[in-house]
Amino acid sequence: MTDIFADVEPMVFKSRINVPYAWWTGETAGAFLASLRDEKKIMGRRCLKCNKTYVPPRKVCPVCFEDCMEWVEVSPEGCLESFTIVRRQLASLSRKVPVVLGLVRLDGADTSVLHYVEAPDHHNIKIGMRLKAKFCEERKGTIHDIACFVPA
Amino acid sequence: MDRAAVIGIGITRIEANKVKETFADMVWEAVNKALSDAKMTIEDIDNVVTTSNDFWDGRTISCMAVGDASGARRKNVSCVEGDGTFGAFYGLSRVLSGSYGTTLVTAHSKGSESISSLITNAAFDPIYERALGMDMVSACALQARAYMHRTGTTPAQMAMVSVKNHGNAKHNPLSQLPMDITVQDVLESEMISDPLHKLDCSPVSDGCCAVIIANGKRATQYGGIPVWIKGVAFCADSYFIGDREISKAVALTKAAKNAFSMAGIADPVSEIDVAEVYDAFTYQELMWLEAMGLCEDGKAGINLEKGHYNIKGRLPVNPSGGLLSGHPVIAGGLIRIAEIVKQLRSDAGGYQVAGARKGIAHGVNGLCGQSHCVWVLTAA
Repeated sequence: MTDIFADVEPMVFKSRINVPYAWWTGETAGAFLASLRDEKKIMGRRCLKCNKTYVPPRKVCPVCFEDCMEWVEVSPEGCLESFTIVRRQLASLSRKVPVVLGLVRLDGADTSVLHYVEAPDHHNIKIGMRLKAKFCEERKGTIHDIACFVPA
Repeated sequence: MDRAAVIGIGITRIEANKVKETFADMVWEAVNKALSDAKMTIEDIDNVVTTSNDFWDGRTISCMAVGDASGARRKNVSCVEGDGTFGAFYGLSRVLSGSYGTTLVTAHSKGSESISSLITNAAFDPIYERALGMDMVSACALQARAYMHRTGTTPAQMAMVSVKNHGNAKHNPLSQLPMDITVQDVLESEMISDPLHKLDCSPVSDGCCAVIIANGKRATQYGGIPVWIKGVAFCADSYFIGDREISKAVALTKAAKNAFSMAGIADPVSEIDVAEVYDAFTYQELMWLEAMGLCEDGKAGINLEKGHYNIKGRLPVNPSGGLLSGHPVIAGGLIRIAEIVKQLRSDAGGYQVAGARKGIAHGVNGLCGQSHCVWVLTAA
């Protein structure tokens, strides 16, 4: 800022925050993840007031502000709402680029889920294309129990 | 609304890496610039609102670390986590409550000191989404594609936003990236997350902004030039991007409508003289203009091609160079307010919009524009 600091060596202190967390998933997300793991089923929650089905499921309808919800199974197939092909190896990505991330509106749902899209040729990935969930053989009760969405 | 005004502004230079400045150093500089601009001393400040983000700063209660530099010791100081426009909204509310005559609002961040992709990835829901590895750039790329698909906006039109804003920045001495570039340069720059090229994205930046807000009585007491706050509103959309109409900004439409209505503006297209909007990515400038009703839906790209948003156009947008030319997160929206204040006081030098009397400033917080804050300001 002022000239008297002109010759000050820029000292940088390198550090990191590394705090483990163990988040309670909540009963709603917990039941959703258990269904993925144990039955390879994708479950949503339907609001009995507005009839909207949320996937991933919510305990309370954010539109109606009501908790009168019921569980419904939705299809593992749906439509690609939008996508991006990540080219730069972003620090947040554990997979090697290119990685395709998409929003998929499953049949029977009124909201979209975020997940990986895998297709043999990236040029063929288009908004509106039909996709289906590909489950992992070994499932642990996380969002990674779905490996990705592939062309239906 | 009772009368309230912005009576002082201070912005640091926006830089890629302020290696020789701490958070407090930046805040000290911006606060003193704002006090000097308002012809006030720290004694004239009744209360302080600091705006910061713990993840970006790498410390909890990050706001308190800049309290001393904001002159907040022994004053009522409160904090906002989010964009500076939201901090200013809170600061204004405190003035309008009648409890305080003046509020000093600060907003700071240093993107250079961490890894932005890891910070913005942490904004995603930890149970349902975060482990996929998406960050702000890739999420906005997905939004850009949905917007292009719905409106027919082209990559070249988006690139023109970058050309315009980097060009405007050549007249702004505080800007990080003044550049003479062409549409082709943008389209040939690295594809970071398809369809967003490097030059479609704002850079990582360091910077701070301070703004002083006063009630009607105090606004004219110190000798600075007040810029009047006529309308302010904010509105948030659903948290999950999969719940939203991702190609539209419904929350912004509502916020803008409320702000215009409060300001008594019936036809924003003809009444607003200058706009500073949150152009974190090229497509966002176009999308936000449409959502605010400053342009017909889907037509912003065409208007841009016609030169309507140039400094000498019908509605100059981001004459300062915008966030594409320097983007300190958190401070980003507060800088938009400060830039409109400059325009309405005819203080903008080489990027002054001739005859600007009414302006709009816009801030965003959250992934893909989850929440928006809109300010309508007028010259004295």
